[in-house]
Amino acid sequence: MSESIIHTEHLCRSFGSIKAVDGLSMDVPSGIIFGFLGPNGAGKTTTIHLLLGLLEPDHGTARVMGFDTRSQAAEIRNRSGALLEFSGLYERMSAEDNLELYGRIYCMPGSERKARGRELLTHLDLWDRRKEKVGSWSRGMKQKIAIARALLHHPPLLFLDEPTAGLDPVAAAALHADLTGLAANEGVTVFLNTHNLAEAEKLCGQVGVIRNGKLIAMGSPDELRLKNGGHKVAILGNGFNKQTLTLLRARPEVKQAEIQNGHLILALNGGDKIGPLVTLIVQSGAEIEDIARGGESLEDLFLTLMQEENP
Amino acid sequence: MKDLWTMIWKEWKDFLWSGGRSDLLRPLLNLTVLGIILPLSFGQDWIHLAAAPVLIVLFTPFMFVILIISDAIAGERERHTLETLLASRISDRAILLSKVLVTVGYNWGMTFLCLLLGDVVVNWSQRLEPWEFYQPIRLFTVVLVFCFLTTLLAASGGVLISLKSITVRQASQTMLLGLILFGLAIATVVKLLPPELTASLTTPQMVLVILLVMVVLDAILLVASLFSFQRSRLLLR
Repeated sequence: MSESIIHTEHLCRSFGSIKAVDGLSMDVPSGIIFGFLGPNGAGKTTTIHLLLGLLEPDHGTARVMGFDTRSQAAEIRNRSGALLEFSGLYERMSAEDNLELYGRIYCMPGSERKARGRELLTHLDLWDRRKEKVGSWSRGMKQKIAIARALLHHPPLLFLDEPTAGLDPVAAAALHADLTGLAANEGVTVFLNTHNLAEAEKLCGQVGVIRNGKLIAMGSPDELRLKNGGHKVAILGNGFNKQTLTLLRARPEVKQAEIQNGHLILALNGGDKIGPLVTLIVQSGAEIEDIARGGESLEDLFLTLMQEENP
Repeated sequence: MKDLWTMIWKEWKDFLWSGGRSDLLRPLLNLTVLGIILPLSFGQDWIHLAAAPVLIVLFTPFMFVILIISDAIAGERERHTLETLLASRISDRAILLSKVLVTVGYNWGMTFLCLLLGDVVVNWSQRLEPWEFYQPIRLFTVVLVFCFLTTLLAASGGVLISLKSITVRQASQTMLLGLILFGLAIATVVKLLPPELTASLTTPQMVLVILLVMVVLDAILLVASLFSFQRSRLLLR
């Protein structure tokens, strides 16, 4: 595993009696897209604020790119790009001026600012509209320009809070491709706060799941599936009965077996050999017509985790 | 220093001149009222700096500052631009000083322009021969200095109030309340001063004392706002 770009230890932050982040300890490897998942109010945005040094933790420590968030936050902000909860665009300014401002803020030379601005605006199909004030733009277009702003100075670490919110499917797919390319080709680390579990499943090398400020799961989507239910197999056929279930449940590789709408659904403990199970089912007198293998989706997993934590 | 210029550029573009015709409205209104209508109404009293015109000249920019500065921090918070700005590398000090400098510079510059226009308007409307400038010139200088100090006072105080306000409306209302309380405090202090003390001072001495008090108040408020303007305190919940 590559070196951690984000390292937190027992990070805590409260607002009054509400513990927004509660003992968060995690390591995010560099060069990956890290998905930070959780329901509304789970502490995702507060975590980004803490990592950027916009809020001070009550307890615990966090290091980002080797810099301490309490004492070296300016270094972190200098080397990272951020698209937070809101686009944060100056709506009375044009798209071009919004990029110009952040180019100046990151001390980019004039010629580089212009060239990079043109490159990003062209890539996002916004070059012809660069002189327009962004206040009159749709949410999706604003989101595009905000993403361009976050990428402007080639940061090695990107914090993105729901970046595809408001984007149409084509623009969202383009952003997914861009993020994947940034991580794969340029080694950029993306810290992605998202509710969009399909997005996380598609993009993220690792995910962390947070609820009520506590990190309740972390790892690659595959690892989490194995830890929380393993792989699923759906068997279509006839004659599934209690005896079939009893025989299957006695097998060590079967975590769960049940009949749903005539399908026999098996949750496996990671093993991918189902031949012996098929033989067992046939021997129990059932007929098999089709077998569909598939992992539990990240969405299923997420819902399971939320239920476990919410008795 | 580079950060400060960047933020001044941003304030200019975002708030004062983003390139549209509507941006002309505020300066035109300012110039029309303070540079044309009032000088026409007061006639030669305007350029002879009678008490009423002086008070108006000092009070008007103060009101404009309140309108502008309440938008400075609270407005950015309300429009959700503050969070992103704070997530960048720009320093707290550059953000704060740019807001104060642009507000003071714009209002003081605008007042100066209005006064120059007012002089032209009075001379032209009264057909004065020879052409007259404001007099006494020493009082004119004091008015300009005093105007600078009052706008700085309003801007620094406004930043402090704006820091704690979630919306622009809340900031404006608190600033207006602050202005009333400030006026009452001054009136009370003046009333409490021993008559023999005020009687013993000449007018220039009195003006000097007032200017000194203003400088001290400006310095206190500016330092307080610099101290209060810290990232970790700016994201209200």
